[in-house]
Amino acid sequence: MPSKYSNLTFKGYRRENGRVGVRNHVVILPVDDISNAACEAVANNIKGTLALPHAYGRLQFGADLDLHFRTMIGTGSNPNVAAVVVIGIEPGWTKKIVDGIAETGKPVAGFSIEQNGDLKTIMDASRKAKEFVHYATELQREECSISELWVSTKCGESDTTTGLGSCPTVGNMYDKLLPEGIYGVFGETSEITGAEHIAKARAINPEVGERWYKVWKAYQDEVIEAHKVDDLSESQPTKGNIEGGLTTIEEKALGNLEKIGRTSRYIDVLEPAETPKSGPGLYFMDTSSAAAECVTLMAAAGYVVHTFPTGQGNVIGNPIVPVIKISANPRTVRTMSEHIDVDVTGILRRELTIDQAGDLLIDNIIRTANGRHTSAEALGHREFVMTKLYRSA
Amino acid sequence: MSAPHLLVHDKRDNVGVVVVEGLKAGTEMLCVVTEDNSSFTLKVIDDVPIGHKVALTDLKVGDTAIKYGEDIGRIVADVAKGGHVHVHNLKTKRW
Repeated sequence: MPSKYSNLTFKGYRRENGRVGVRNHVVILPVDDISNAACEAVANNIKGTLALPHAYGRLQFGADLDLHFRTMIGTGSNPNVAAVVVIGIEPGWTKKIVDGIAETGKPVAGFSIEQNGDLKTIMDASRKAKEFVHYATELQREECSISELWVSTKCGESDTTTGLGSCPTVGNMYDKLLPEGIYGVFGETSEITGAEHIAKARAINPEVGERWYKVWKAYQDEVIEAHKVDDLSESQPTKGNIEGGLTTIEEKALGNLEKIGRTSRYIDVLEPAETPKSGPGLYFMDTSSAAAECVTLMAAAGYVVHTFPTGQGNVIGNPIVPVIKISANPRTVRTMSEHIDVDVTGILRRELTIDQAGDLLIDNIIRTANGRHTSAEALGHREFVMTKLYRSA
Repeated sequence: MSAPHLLVHDKRDNVGVVVVEGLKAGTEMLCVVTEDNSSFTLKVIDDVPIGHKVALTDLKVGDTAIKYGEDIGRIVADVAKGGHVHVHNLKTKRW
């Protein structure tokens, strides 16, 4: 049955593979840490391009290397990216990433530094980047249905106001837009500890719930039990969480899960940076709870807008995905107003219902998708952080 | 409705969250349960920062703190009705 949200549209960039982006970046992507300098030089030469420097890509192996490639290819494939120049130290891994991105049909070209040096590589890559900027800047936005939007969520610097206000606001948005056919995703495996019984029960069926539980349990056994020195009291809840009034991991987890609303059920469990393949709906992704790592993984999976509830004021952004900050904490909205896109402090005063707050967020999502820059974009927050599973060789 | 001082998620909860800044001991708080919009009053006996919790009833060592209608940990030091509940008297049961 059509709802008042069924006819919502936004103006996006339709890519060669049919997916819709809300930004139009020309990305200069380093395969590895030692190619950052060349990428940054190209981005400096050619205005309107964006280098994504990062710390890894050498001597990784196994599942950790798979995740590196998935994140690189996924980032380049994200519909918010119009075209990609890839630069690596050698041609083999460079080509692997170029070929992965090329499957989307978007323009992509690779350059490698060995036997060329930085300077020749930078010159050749700059010429290609200039071509891509001409290509990207001629693309036009077109009207797209709300059902073509992929919206991710992860909260940060949470406090008790996130559980009361900003997380339920995101949950209300999902309860309204998931039935319209959007893709959603939540993650933060470690921060569900304390509410795992509730998270398991929110799966679409017991089989998916069991798969979710296995992922959560593996994290407990392989990460927490293997590496803990005393307990997690120093990092879970974080110092910021405790300052904001959160006392225990259970309390934090219960607030966190407010993000998935009341009626929504997750339909599948994703590896980090894995693209959803089970159709429209809500997904769980196995991610770190560190903000930049989590948002980077969700962007690599293809999500184009991120909703980020915060209590004490996490300032994170992402280079290719607009990050919308929602806060219900009046002190944060007063002292850090330049970081907050959607002020839902009225919920605490009982002047704003969760239903109204959800509509405010939906309105901000549409405006952001249409091109309005978020606070994080305006402030230049471009945190691009790769997730590392274990030590390199 | 005037703005509340304290919000409580669920009727089963024995702690609530201060939602105003600069709350002083002795304030007669307006408390609202978000689940059904019911309200009650409670005198806070400590200065409690915004976002921090207040006991809705006397809580004894070993009691379970309930928020969102769920177990959020165990009381490790007695706290009187209207008192500040945080890391000094509430701890996770996980570790």
